[in-house]
Amino acid sequence: MSNKFIPHTPDDIARMLERIGVKSIDDLYAEVPAEVIFKEDYNIPSAMSELEIRDFFSKLGDKNKQLTIFAGGGVYDHYSPSVISHLLARSEFYTAYTPYQPEISQGTLQYIFEYQSMIAELTGMECSNASMYDGATATAETAFMMVASARKKNRVLISSTLSDRVVAVVKTYTRFHGVDLDIIPEKDGVTDLDALRKLLEKGDVAGVILPTPNKYGIIEDFSGIADEVHAAKALLAINADPSALAVLRTPAEWGADIACGDGQTLGMPLSFGGPYLGYIACSKAQLRKMPGRVVGVTTDADGKRAYVLTLQAREQHIRREKATSNICSNQSLMALYATVYVALMGRKGLVEVNEMSADGAHYLFDKLTASGKYTPAFPGKPFLKEFVVHTELDIKALNKRLADNGIMGGIDLGDGNLMLAVTEKRSLEEIDRLIKLMTEA
Amino acid sequence: MKYYDKLIFELSHSGRKGYELPANKIAGHALESIPESLRRSVPAELPEVSEPDVVRHYTNLSSKNFGVDTGFYPLGSCTMKYNPKINEEIAQLPAFASLHPLQDSDTVQGALEVYYNLQQALASIAGLSEFTLNPYAGAHGELTGLLVMRTYHEKRGDTKRRKVIVPDSAHGTNPASAMVAGLDVVEVKSKPNGSIDVEDLKPLLNDEIAGIMMTNPNTLGMFETEIMEIADLVHKAGGLLYYDGANLNPLLGRVRPGDMGFDIMHINLHKTFSTPHGGGGPGSGPVGVRKGLEEYLPNPHVRKDADGRFYVDFGKDSLGSVSTFLGNFGVMLKAYAYILTLGKENIRNVGPMATLNANYIKESLKDDYLLPIEGVCKHEFVFDGLKDKSTGVTTLNVAKRLLDYGFHAPTIYFPLLFHESMMIEPTETESLETLDEFIDVMHKVAREAAENPDLVKEAPVTTLVRKLDETTAAKHPVLTYKAMLAND
Repeated sequence: MSNKFIPHTPDDIARMLERIGVKSIDDLYAEVPAEVIFKEDYNIPSAMSELEIRDFFSKLGDKNKQLTIFAGGGVYDHYSPSVISHLLARSEFYTAYTPYQPEISQGTLQYIFEYQSMIAELTGMECSNASMYDGATATAETAFMMVASARKKNRVLISSTLSDRVVAVVKTYTRFHGVDLDIIPEKDGVTDLDALRKLLEKGDVAGVILPTPNKYGIIEDFSGIADEVHAAKALLAINADPSALAVLRTPAEWGADIACGDGQTLGMPLSFGGPYLGYIACSKAQLRKMPGRVVGVTTDADGKRAYVLTLQAREQHIRREKATSNICSNQSLMALYATVYVALMGRKGLVEVNEMSADGAHYLFDKLTASGKYTPAFPGKPFLKEFVVHTELDIKALNKRLADNGIMGGIDLGDGNLMLAVTEKRSLEEIDRLIKLMTEA
Repeated sequence: MKYYDKLIFELSHSGRKGYELPANKIAGHALESIPESLRRSVPAELPEVSEPDVVRHYTNLSSKNFGVDTGFYPLGSCTMKYNPKINEEIAQLPAFASLHPLQDSDTVQGALEVYYNLQQALASIAGLSEFTLNPYAGAHGELTGLLVMRTYHEKRGDTKRRKVIVPDSAHGTNPASAMVAGLDVVEVKSKPNGSIDVEDLKPLLNDEIAGIMMTNPNTLGMFETEIMEIADLVHKAGGLLYYDGANLNPLLGRVRPGDMGFDIMHINLHKTFSTPHGGGGPGSGPVGVRKGLEEYLPNPHVRKDADGRFYVDFGKDSLGSVSTFLGNFGVMLKAYAYILTLGKENIRNVGPMATLNANYIKESLKDDYLLPIEGVCKHEFVFDGLKDKSTGVTTLNVAKRLLDYGFHAPTIYFPLLFHESMMIEPTETESLETLDEFIDVMHKVAREAAENPDLVKEAPVTTLVRKLDETTAAKHPVLTYKAMLAND
């Protein structure tokens, strides 16, 4: 029976069976109806040694192509300091579970408190939870949160300039949960604010969700919108890239009640789509409607400062079917990731990351549009690290040629529109090479 | 050791930094092209610390934590088994970690193969037809599974089925997931031994029932022996059976949920398949379905064409999307490495050895702790506190005293069927010596409770911090460093 993860020797088993008072392992399953006992082999390969495992995954990895990334679409190839993976490899962190026993979980509780503080700083909001699964589910839960807060109103408006993948998840959640969801149309790449005003006139709107930057990389102007939304007795939520908030006007500065989004931009590896984290931050007034874990500061019996899960009366394990969310954990280790990243990059580093990304993106945009082969898809619209150009070239063929040259080009948005992103990781040489490949055809 | 309680913000010193970026060769001042009204007016007050400061700070925090690598972690229902180190190494391979989720499928064939083969392996282990690996956690899997259930009924035009049956002993996430899925919960009673009361179930079944959520073994660790009859009754009433995979571990190598009549289930890769709990995530909650329900699984799907090429597909009959991309891919790599390491030979032993360990502890401690249900358990069991109730020592006291002795506490006050529930799950990766040490300490605590109850009631006393003031924390929540400063 013994293998490197299962320590039982035949002697151990014999001793244990004797203590239990049964004769065989089969006797431990005696009450299971005979017809459901599985006697065959699972359809999985035979056991592999560690050397074979390494070889197996190395060969599988060879079937992937590591590319120089010039695409975003909500996921950006930012620099990730070496320190982070070393600290995350501390197994006191990653082999613990959710901090039910605070006396022996102060490490987890404290980094979550720091994480909450950092998310609050970046978004400008007063409170943050301990993290959610991803940006899309965080946005869906934000929709629920607004409906729970509004009590009798059941309609949520979401801008079509939010990422299509995020909107798809919000649609799934709201449809089955019975929340009415209206998509605010877009005009010239930004939310059609007149359309938003019309939708607000219906009078049954619980909340409005808007993006910054939006799905085309554009930084939209929401001046005065919070007042109009609040005048309609609705809440405003802004889905924002937390890294970009080091330089962009924050959800709080826009007058939002809730901020949500995906934390991947805080240096997380692309990792083929996950794990990342979702975040939700809010004003004090919305705190008790916020889903998920929350950590607060307190003192112990000796007066020492300590941290503890708090406001648990809102949560599923207490409220069961009366809870407004079913989330029972968070994306804890990724919250530690974000925390260490923000600690290292700090006040200046995050600004510098945005400066370099924006410089690279604007440089690429200028060169491409100057070539005559690309035109701005949304002329005059401000952007940070991602933008859309229009071209008559065959985008599929172009991206194929780029991939053959080790580059992931832009995202094909259809109709000759191509979306490119640049981060601080892209050197001038890499950008110039991309420009050459994109303009020589 | 000195008690370290500094926050990273308190280490901040203006002018320090913990990073170095290459020189900005473009220096185009592009940010200034963004109108000022769209820019942040006041800088975020983030820490300014050096790299060594950061490393020492978080290393100090890690030493305030207890994990599976620190010691025995018998947290019932959470399956805190050993997290193999090779899995961590595989998940960090740049050949996988550097892939953008929107890369052309031609450039990510290896990653898609991992996704596809893992879902196939899980299907074989579960006795079901197909899995989606998109859900991020167990509760997310429950929600996804219930949405499959709803989509199945909807596609048949059976729109009346808006209720789901949940046992009164179920995990709290079951009713909460049902609520999020837009289903009303109908509770079915448990018999004194924790099993579903079939006689109570029968009158609940009608044409408004979408299905039933169950776990087998149930939350008391007891196998539901009437499962075949229950499956038959629910199916005859037009409902589907959902299997909560939280308790799958004891069945590995012995029983497949699909063979018991379950139509839909989720698996917690972070329980049964050894991926780390990470202090509360990231997990992964794959959802499997029987033949005929595959097309309802969430988008995107990973499929294999006739030439053996893998591709990503969005199906039109799908319930929709529940994740931005393909879920927590990094976690999948770890689970797949675990399955391949054990192989078909060793995975058979997981369930039996987990079951052996649980029964060994149960039989060894039932003289001191109240065992409400006799008989062979599966991977876990529940004590209803100490046998001797005269001392006033509660389950909470015992749990805290265990911390003093270097063990993590069991799950306490769940299930709700007993007042002093103490749910113990050892998993298969613990040796006989570890179990014996735990048993000795549990006996010792029982003796202390009898001889010096105040000692146990005061616990913990050896931990870095002692009993916490949770009431003040909830009454006046201070959730950020800034709020803490304002509070002082």
